[in-house]
Amino acid sequence: MIFVEARAVTRWYHEWIAVLIALILTVATASALLASLGLDPVSSLHRIFIRPLNSVYGVSELLAKATPLITIGVALALGFRAGVWNIGAEGQLVMGGLCGGAVALAFWGVDGFWVMPLILLGGTLGGLVWGAIPAFLKVRFNANEILVSLMLTYVAILMLSVMVHGPLRDPAGFNFPESRLFHDAATLPKLFSAGRGHLGFVFALMFAVLGTWVVKRWHLGFEMRVTGLSPTAAKFAGYSRDRTVWMALLIGGAVSGFAGVVEVTGNIGQLVPNISPSYGFTAIIVAFLARLHPLAVIPAGLLVALSYLAGEAAQLSLGIPAASTQVFQGLLLFFLLGTSLLVNYRIRFGRIG
Amino acid sequence: MTESVAIAERLSASSKQCLGVRGLSKYFGDFAANRDVTLSVDAGEIHALLGENGAGKSTLVKMIYGILKPDTGSMELLAKPYSPDSPSDAKHSGVGMVFQHFAVFDALTVLENIALGLEGRFPDEILAAEIAEVCDRYRLHVELNRRVHDLGAGERQRVEIIRVLMQDPRLLILDEPTSVLTPQETEQLFTTLDRLSDEGRSIIYISHKLDEVRALCDRATLMRAGQVVDVVDPRQESTRSLGEKMIGERLTETKRSKVSSAEKHKARLTVRVGDVYPESTRNVVLNDVYLSVAPGSILGISGVSGNGQDTLFDLLSGELTLPNPDSIVLDGEPIAHFGVEKRRFLGLLGAPENRLGHAAIPELTLWENVILTARHTRGILKNDHLISGTSAKAFADEVIKTFDVRTPSLNAKASSLSGGNLQKFLIGRELLGQPKVFVVSNPTWGVDAKAQLFIHQMLMKMADEGASVILISQDIDELLSVTDRICAICHGRLSRTFPTDEMTPEHLGALMLGQEIDS
Amino acid sequence: MDYGLLSSIIHAILVASTPLVFAGLGALIQERAGVLNLGIEGLMIVGALAGFATALAGYPLLMSVLAAALAGALLASIFAVLVLRLYANPVATGLALTLFGLGLAALAGSQYVGQAAPQVDTWAIPLLHHLPVIGHALFSHDPLVYLSILMAFVIWWFLKKSRAGLILRAVGENHTSAHALGFSVRGIRFLAITSGGALAAIGGSYLTLVQTPLFVEGMTAGRGWIALALVVFASWRPFRVIAGAYLFGSVTILQLHSQAFGISIPAQWLSMLPYIVTIVALVLISARGEKGLAAPGSLGKIFRVSR
Repeated sequence: MIFVEARAVTRWYHEWIAVLIALILTVATASALLASLGLDPVSSLHRIFIRPLNSVYGVSELLAKATPLITIGVALALGFRAGVWNIGAEGQLVMGGLCGGAVALAFWGVDGFWVMPLILLGGTLGGLVWGAIPAFLKVRFNANEILVSLMLTYVAILMLSVMVHGPLRDPAGFNFPESRLFHDAATLPKLFSAGRGHLGFVFALMFAVLGTWVVKRWHLGFEMRVTGLSPTAAKFAGYSRDRTVWMALLIGGAVSGFAGVVEVTGNIGQLVPNISPSYGFTAIIVAFLARLHPLAVIPAGLLVALSYLAGEAAQLSLGIPAASTQVFQGLLLFFLLGTSLLVNYRIRFGRIG
Repeated sequence: MTESVAIAERLSASSKQCLGVRGLSKYFGDFAANRDVTLSVDAGEIHALLGENGAGKSTLVKMIYGILKPDTGSMELLAKPYSPDSPSDAKHSGVGMVFQHFAVFDALTVLENIALGLEGRFPDEILAAEIAEVCDRYRLHVELNRRVHDLGAGERQRVEIIRVLMQDPRLLILDEPTSVLTPQETEQLFTTLDRLSDEGRSIIYISHKLDEVRALCDRATLMRAGQVVDVVDPRQESTRSLGEKMIGERLTETKRSKVSSAEKHKARLTVRVGDVYPESTRNVVLNDVYLSVAPGSILGISGVSGNGQDTLFDLLSGELTLPNPDSIVLDGEPIAHFGVEKRRFLGLLGAPENRLGHAAIPELTLWENVILTARHTRGILKNDHLISGTSAKAFADEVIKTFDVRTPSLNAKASSLSGGNLQKFLIGRELLGQPKVFVVSNPTWGVDAKAQLFIHQMLMKMADEGASVILISQDIDELLSVTDRICAICHGRLSRTFPTDEMTPEHLGALMLGQEIDS
Repeated sequence: MDYGLLSSIIHAILVASTPLVFAGLGALIQERAGVLNLGIEGLMIVGALAGFATALAGYPLLMSVLAAALAGALLASIFAVLVLRLYANPVATGLALTLFGLGLAALAGSQYVGQAAPQVDTWAIPLLHHLPVIGHALFSHDPLVYLSILMAFVIWWFLKKSRAGLILRAVGENHTSAHALGFSVRGIRFLAITSGGALAAIGGSYLTLVQTPLFVEGMTAGRGWIALALVVFASWRPFRVIAGAYLFGSVTILQLHSQAFGISIPAQWLSMLPYIVTIVALVLISARGEKGLAAPGSLGKIFRVSR
């Protein structure tokens, strides 16, 4: 019979082979699904994955979408290593966008180099507070952070809706639930002449580098990793589980909030009820795709961003809804999880005992 | 009464032998857990299986109970060939086993727990009545509707025993049954076992408590290093002779030369505290802890595992802190409220029993594992926040070289090292920190003989250089050869401390059983 | 007091709560076996689509419900294989299940946009439905409402009064001991996951068979997550799941009818109530955490067969 046996040594390439296999399996399954819908897999996949990248506009859009994915993905990778499951990054992103956007509107029309940093700070703080709530409840009451952060996501989205329908609504906007367009000092510069790729992408890259450094060199990163691997050994080492929970959620919240305000000031340019197509959730896939390595979050984020573009392209040229890109993302995560077994275990045939 | 006589007569009419094992061997890779083992248990006999940890007793009974399959040899049960493929087979053939770690469910009631162990039975009034009958017959008492988490160890064991008895076993195997029992509960257990043997049922009694075995058992098979060394009548043997047979020959070790400096009597570390409650409810509560250790001296604390050693270690290392700082005094300074890091800073270092998952993290490399306890030394942690990989690696390298740790590189994962090498690394990691007090728990379990010797020499050298060492161990031999003073822990209580050269194995064994403990 | 309105409101509360009852029970049965499945949301929407498509094709209610159950069981079995056999991280796998389910439903459901499925008839309970006020409120519902209550009974009976249920509880409490006693931990968990998945999917199908005649992508709107919180709130007991579901349903209906009650704050604040109440409930339950009301002992722990 078939059984698994732990590997004595795991080499670095074991991880990436597993990722490659997962990718291949995903593409294969997606092709099968497309074929079942009566579409030719090869040309369809080409149309939705390759063609969008053939223009400056396409690349620009790719970077725009990858920005929040990479930013949040790095923060989540850190937290997941510590065994803290921040599933509510989406809510923290929304909160960040809301708070940052509110600051932008408060200073509407005011010019000065200090306006943007203030806005970014506001957004970051908003996300930080939103991450602090599940941290506090977990440390103090042992409330499951998955459920709390998740519930808070819905609360955040509703709060944004209230604000955009009411206090923050553009008075000259014909009653549409959207805010005024942010003025220049409150907008992040674009990277290209076409598309919405903006400076936020550079920030995202910086976060990835920073994240790598935190994991490798910063003691806090090590502490979090140890706590995630073995709570008993962490205790013996003098590390505090509570501290790890706080840091993981505060960092997750702050960075997600930052991603939110960057989205709002870089990509969208105003506050609207829907500022994120579930980036906060998708960033979870990005983190796993990168196998929780901050630097690998960059290619992982780009790939998943591509899947978003593919979804839009699919809607335009194949007639299938954009939301079906979640099928691809879900499949990818399934296969990733399935193949990750291969990293630490070997398949053996034979008898036991 | 008439019933048990009838059973006994029925059984004596048939084959006298209940279980016969011939030439049984079991290998795990190259390691021979059991080699050519022979065992014979008669009907109605209480047969002891004696030996230290690692002697092969567990493996043998696992094969008898169908958990493992032997590589060679054969077994016979009641004169018929016996070769169970699973515990279920064993149960059907009439073999029952009570494990050392009870397979009970805390959140369920006693009745439900018993029902789970019986195939096809549901916890209802019929079963309750049958259980009551069994309890009556053997004078066992349990409240069927209580949840198991409310029960003490003795009661939990009773639940397991009843569960097994309900299957009407011919052969009952008990694995270290008294390790968690009070003296009264032990007596009750013996009464029950006597009744069972009067009925013609056979019992295999695994233990390393020599006094108990002499009191209870008809015959004893002694095992050492996977083989049977002797079969004796324990009542004809003294505890000393049994002990000697169990321990047998060892590599000659340098016996500890006694410390003669005047500093001998001035205590460096004193622990004085009433009740100590561990964080995990699985760990044993400590009562009336008093111990002290002088510089340059090695204090041994012996005891069968599960008597509070884990709590004691946590108490000393700082993983468990106390509200009253004076409960633990180090060089005149109260430290009981200090956590792990502060105590390390003051020179109190430790190496816990679990190498992987407590002292070290299996998935991390050796140099990363160094960061866990030694990060405040050798410039490993710069400015309190940055890790210097170079310094950590240098330190790891020093440990590897100084203590002859066999490993391909300091980048190897901790899980890839053999037990002995990993232990050398972990003790070396602390040793290089030049501790004032070093607490170590079961340092040589699962460690090969050569590494064992090396580690003992490491500990003695530490003491020679002025450190105080507290050695918690189950290994009587280790304790008698390495320590200066020795005491025992039983049920969370520490015995008086004796000079080691005045201590004998049977005296130590008695202390480990809880005799002669001052309250 | 407008009894007619009260009656309608109670009726509406039951309708709003029933999907939560099913989904909550589905999550409960898995968690009692020690499995935390975060994919309930994905299971619900797949069930919603499966039920919808079957009803649209003209099949009777029973077939639609069965179709939903089957779809849920199949999807849940993917989760089961990954977590039980391949030792995949349960949190991530549950999320993947949700994402995949949502996407799959969106993809497969796109062809049904705008179409309306036939709605389910009410089964008025003879005699009882003539009672004033409560007659309409409690006894004039579609069969699924009654089924949801029945399921709670069935599950209660199963867990408390059957040997199979006892074994399932044992596995959930301590999978190591269960394994030592010879029970197939993975086999039992597989059954719990698939049947729980089927129940969750039936809960989802209620949305398209009774609540609205349409299928819209993402129409579950977080109910799956609320169902998970519900199980904690109910201390893992079937009848308390009903109580909790009705509580949340009440909050939802209250928010819809806020104007009738003279509440003039924006609807979103009230919409937040179910989620905030969930958080509060979670905190209260977790903070107390005595042994009797605690989570199943092996919930969230990965079971590895060691040789």
